[in-house]
Amino acid sequence: MSTALHTEKQTDTSPFRPRSPVREMQRQTVNMLVIALCVLCVLFVVGVLIYLIVYVLKQGIAYLNLDFFTKLPRPNGETGGGMGEAIQGTLILVGLAALIGVPLGLFTAIYLAEFGRGRFALAVRFLVDLLNGVPTIIFGLFAWVLIVIPQQTFSGLSGGVALGIIMIPIVARTAEDVLHLVPNELREASLALGATEAHTIVRVVLPAALNGIITGIVLAMARVAGETAPLLMTAFGTTFWSTDVTQPMDALTLRIYNFTLSPYPEQINQAFTGSFVLIMLIVLASFAVRWATGGFKRRF
Amino acid sequence: MQQQLSASLASLRERSVGWSIARSGKRPADLLFRGITMLFVLIVLALVIGVALVLVINSWPTISTFGFSFLTNQAFDPVHNTYGVLPAIFGTLVTSAFALLFAIPLGLGASIFVVDFCPRPLRVPLAFFSDLLAAVPSVIFGLFGFLVLAPWLQLTGEPWLNKHLGFLPFFQGQMQGVGLLAAGMILTIMVLPLIVAVSREVMLTVPGAQREALLALGATRWEVIRYAVLPFSRIGILGGIILALGRALGETMAVTMVIGNQASRPGLSLFNTGYSLSSVIANQFGEATPGLFLSAVIEAGLIVFLITFITNFLARWLISRLTRRTGGTHL
Repeated sequence: MSTALHTEKQTDTSPFRPRSPVREMQRQTVNMLVIALCVLCVLFVVGVLIYLIVYVLKQGIAYLNLDFFTKLPRPNGETGGGMGEAIQGTLILVGLAALIGVPLGLFTAIYLAEFGRGRFALAVRFLVDLLNGVPTIIFGLFAWVLIVIPQQTFSGLSGGVALGIIMIPIVARTAEDVLHLVPNELREASLALGATEAHTIVRVVLPAALNGIITGIVLAMARVAGETAPLLMTAFGTTFWSTDVTQPMDALTLRIYNFTLSPYPEQINQAFTGSFVLIMLIVLASFAVRWATGGFKRRF
Repeated sequence: MQQQLSASLASLRERSVGWSIARSGKRPADLLFRGITMLFVLIVLALVIGVALVLVINSWPTISTFGFSFLTNQAFDPVHNTYGVLPAIFGTLVTSAFALLFAIPLGLGASIFVVDFCPRPLRVPLAFFSDLLAAVPSVIFGLFGFLVLAPWLQLTGEPWLNKHLGFLPFFQGQMQGVGLLAAGMILTIMVLPLIVAVSREVMLTVPGAQREALLALGATRWEVIRYAVLPFSRIGILGGIILALGRALGETMAVTMVIGNQASRPGLSLFNTGYSLSSVIANQFGEATPGLFLSAVIEAGLIVFLITFITNFLARWLISRLTRRTGGTHL
């Protein structure tokens, strides 16, 4: 770039000074064309995605009723019923995942933000980022090989483990970012008062960052609530009420997947309604937490 | 006095965040706390290594039996107990390439708009919208692809392509709706937000002074982008593209639902049904019997793991190189 500018500079005082009206017109036309193209790109991207979301939501809301939350799926071909067991299963699985993902992610974040220096910390951060990019079905395979195959049964527990591992990098990275936002003066003040390092982190830094950490955790939970692939080979799905984590467990995403591929129109309608509920669950969780913890960044 | 105080504060801070206290072992409680965080970090590291190890160990039977022919063999055939994933690799590459081919120009155009041309009142809704999209689960993209896009392709899209572009080898053959074309289109939609998000972020790191300098020289807005923004951010944009590639290569649900999961006559047609590596896993794990079959499914997973690991490694490295150059430090 610099060389191109430089050579032009030798023949003219400014590379962009119009040399002739024709060239000036050309430049302005190219400029307008590019802006128009960019506008078209945005319109296309936003248009397609809005169409997709609105379509799914519109189809879904048409079959939404109370039964959907409280009843089990009806046998093939019968109308009515709901996805109660799938909603319950998703909540249990996400809860299990949080039990694993939150402590591991949070302590990794504390290490990275407070203690981590040098090559090792860099390597850990890099690896956590890489973990974030690994397709989630891989963690499903992992839990399948380690838990499902030895136990000889699909189980909610194995699904929770797979989702928990997926949560770790999300929690770790968001929490680390938030911890970095806590001003160093707070740490210094606490240390100057004679508090120990551990005390400072637990009683001063973490409370100051609490809102942001909670936001990160809820967003991570919302994200794993939408996972399907790792649950296929772990929680597997069922159409009965099941709270036993050693047995197969249903999830909203699994039910949507199965009903989407179903030949029965009733089940396809249910799949749309399931998608509606899932999107609402995720969106409401993200907005509720942002609203409840709002103003975190404004505080500092 | 003031200076001395701030100097001693600085040294205190240095000590409090460095390893010195831990080494000298002054405070047992602090050591314990550090030990605990370290322990959790080690557990996370062990998990990463554990995942890799579990995949390698459990796919060893097929690795040792077939070696490289696993990658070049056409048949994934439990009946004759011979396994290969060439069609799956083909399907994965074709759909991902298709997605990038369309998502890169669209995504770049959109992010240029958002960064440089977007009217202020539109910024917040657009950011809100991209957040919303990042949250939509892939099974819902799959549902849309299978129930809306595929039927439309079968009745309208593919006949139209065949009629007008049918002389190309890509748009011939049986029109079934589901297939490589549908999978590529759904992947395009899915990676778009990612490309937009990363390139937008990278373009925002271009110092304002650079833009202003070019504007002051009389450059048009496109020239500012062409000479100041793009050269500065191209490494980061490349990183974003590779990130999107990794995402496309590894995407499971949406692809599995629309790619057809059936072998069709070999050829270049995008109308063909096919497999992707992760759709093989999703479809076959249920029937996998212990032995070579099981091992073959896990080796497909190992390949996906390695490919996405490498692409992510590259992407993160490129992006971190850029943010380091602009001094993107946290504190």
